[in-house]
Amino acid sequence: MKINRIILLVTVMASLVVLNSCKPKGPGSVTTGDAASKVYVAPGQYDEFYNVVSGGFNGQISIYGIPSGRLFKILPVFSVFPESGYGFSEETKPMLNTSHGFVPWDDLHHIALSTTKGEHDGRWAFANANNTPRVARVDMTTFRTTEILEIPNSGGNHSSPFITENTEYLVAGTRFSIPMGDNVDVPISSYKENFKGSISFIKVNPETGRMNIEFQLRTPGFNYDLSRAGKGPSHGWFFFSCYNTEQAYTLLEVNASRNDKDFIMAVNWKKAEEYLAQGKGKKEKVKYAHNVYDETTHMATSSILNEVTVLDVMEFPDLVYFIPCPKSPHGCDVDPTGEYIVGSGKLAAVMPVFSFSKFQTAIANNDYEGDFDGIPVIKYESALHGEVKKPGLGPLHTEFDANGNAYTSFFVSSEIVKWNVKTLEVLDRVPTYYSIGHLSVPGGPTAKPHGKYVIAYNKITKDRYLPTGPELTQSAQLYSIEGDKMQLLLDFPTTGEPHYAEAIPASLIRDKSVKIYPIEHNEHPYAAKGEKMARVERNGKEVHVYMTAIRSHLTPDNIEGVRVGDEVYFHVTNLEQDWDVPHGFAIKGANNAEILIMPGETQTLKWTAKEVGVVPFYCTDFCSALHQEMSGYVRVSPAGSNTPLKFSTGDTGGQK
Amino acid sequence: MKKLMIVLIAAATLAACAPDKPKMAENMQSKKSAVTDIVDPTKGIGQVKNVTLHNPLDADRIQRGQDIFDMKCSACHQLTDQRIVGPGFKDITKRRKPEWIMNMITNVDVMLDEDPVAQELLELCLMRMPNQNVSIGDARDILEFMRKNDGEE
Repeated sequence: MKINRIILLVTVMASLVVLNSCKPKGPGSVTTGDAASKVYVAPGQYDEFYNVVSGGFNGQISIYGIPSGRLFKILPVFSVFPESGYGFSEETKPMLNTSHGFVPWDDLHHIALSTTKGEHDGRWAFANANNTPRVARVDMTTFRTTEILEIPNSGGNHSSPFITENTEYLVAGTRFSIPMGDNVDVPISSYKENFKGSISFIKVNPETGRMNIEFQLRTPGFNYDLSRAGKGPSHGWFFFSCYNTEQAYTLLEVNASRNDKDFIMAVNWKKAEEYLAQGKGKKEKVKYAHNVYDETTHMATSSILNEVTVLDVMEFPDLVYFIPCPKSPHGCDVDPTGEYIVGSGKLAAVMPVFSFSKFQTAIANNDYEGDFDGIPVIKYESALHGEVKKPGLGPLHTEFDANGNAYTSFFVSSEIVKWNVKTLEVLDRVPTYYSIGHLSVPGGPTAKPHGKYVIAYNKITKDRYLPTGPELTQSAQLYSIEGDKMQLLLDFPTTGEPHYAEAIPASLIRDKSVKIYPIEHNEHPYAAKGEKMARVERNGKEVHVYMTAIRSHLTPDNIEGVRVGDEVYFHVTNLEQDWDVPHGFAIKGANNAEILIMPGETQTLKWTAKEVGVVPFYCTDFCSALHQEMSGYVRVSPAGSNTPLKFSTGDTGGQK
Repeated sequence: MKKLMIVLIAAATLAACAPDKPKMAENMQSKKSAVTDIVDPTKGIGQVKNVTLHNPLDADRIQRGQDIFDMKCSACHQLTDQRIVGPGFKDITKRRKPEWIMNMITNVDVMLDEDPVAQELLELCLMRMPNQNVSIGDARDILEFMRKNDGEE
């Protein structure tokens, strides 16, 4: 069996690479003398780039500085974060609502930074949830998740959230095809007949960033892996890598690796807009959640939506074309000029680079080798600019610099290969430690790369760091690309498991960073804007505490009249109006988390009184010299007792 | 000439070697005024150089001042002479110049670092007064409210 032989060969080569790399060489042997000075950012100085890095299975985004590799922030997106109360506070719980109810975790793979005219504009970061299909928007002025949109008709949102030149659309392509529509209780073996793919086009409001599913394409039942929008001459098109054109539904490892070529699917989305304008889309009943965070009320709302508009690509022959691509393509990357599309077949010995203009000519000449389910398949050679020969083993992803060079990650041979997009000549290769997945050049996916570095995100670190038991850190490695040869400068451990990341000049973000929320604008219904408004109100079994926090006391800090069985809502307003003065709130026995409250903000922690006694609460964020004094007590009396509801701060009248 | 150059270079080097204050304070506050700017040390340090007071008091200002006091100040300052976190406000307008009060409200980080009276108060209260992001116009309203609190009409 040919496949087995290839797998064996690949395994042997991989183990040779690993064995070879495992020989202790000492970290100094792979960097040259001046590497340290190139990544040294002196105390008090700033990094040149923000690196916005997906956290993979931690469901979060991490923010690093480049070139130092310092971690600045873990930004919760699809996973609860007890440290800040994200997903636990009453205000943020709706962010994680879905049509399946509250989903506290996801697998975050890809970042897309907003662009205008194909260049970074520093407004938003978008990210995908691979497991329970969703797309999130992060506001780059607050570094907070402000919107999450669920994707219906999707079996897993991997091919997402890639972005068009002016952030007109994000896409969400299903990784797994599934039966859709009214009849979904079908045998798994009826894949060919009943399973479909689905690509959502999510429109982004240019002013607010607000997302909505403008339309979905119903596509043949494959696995949709990655994608990139066209730009410049190819603006108006979107390119998706597809694997499993074999339409296998079991042991995909073997059964989805049979065909010599799978497809890159090219979608003419301007054409789709025309069909929609002509009313050709079909409305379908579905169910999905749309969650939005409001920074004036400091509160998220979740609404369930019930309809999408679908275009079945089989019914519109000039909407979608297939370009054959060897073999199980993963990355599908468009160069800065918009002319070249790089397909990275995971199992292929060559890397094809397609030409957008040749692809257009092929369409004009009906230069097809056949069709798949009625969709034209372009002749491979007719769309091909050329192949990169013997580039390495297991190509995954490609990023670009501004000088016509491409940088491709090779998982199996564990290296980055630099090559010229026009001449297809391999120029340089450097090892990564070990098994690189994605890689990132600052501005690498845009029309105007900023260049300077390429960052590798590695899946395996083995012997690179002090061991920490069976589970080891993943890592990033920073290489200079300023000279002809790539130069390893630094490696640093990462949180979660990074997949894709983008790097953006700090100058595009830094000065826009929000420092406080003006308390005058706080419209939270339970805000106490000043201690005068601090109070406790009972409403049946609900007790609402309107609490204020300022260095260094909570008001009220003595609360009596709470009874066993009461649900107590601590609505804490931070009265501070100075940068970097959050307060925290925690209470003994809370079954959820703590909350961190930024200056001018109100956040709510729900706590159920379960036992008779006096329960302390306190500020968790070291705020001042008297932080340890920032605390209080709730007295809990038996259910049905008539202890009067009382609250105070600084009242020592009762002390004997 | 050569000597002068050497002196200049030496001075520049010395200046460069002096430890910088953290940048944040400067970013957060209006630019630090040089010592020579302090015409009258009892007026404090900041943008507020001269305040002209009028009688009778402006009722609209008093109301606006009270609203800001309730929201941003009352957590730490009483209207009596009682000190809780910060000093009580009673008779503050008799003890301090209006300019000092407004500079303390709007330029608090610099005042706490450089103004001797503000530093004495910090030693007493042991709590740095927070920057509550109050504009100069709003500080003037608070001042009017303080004058009312001190019995002016």
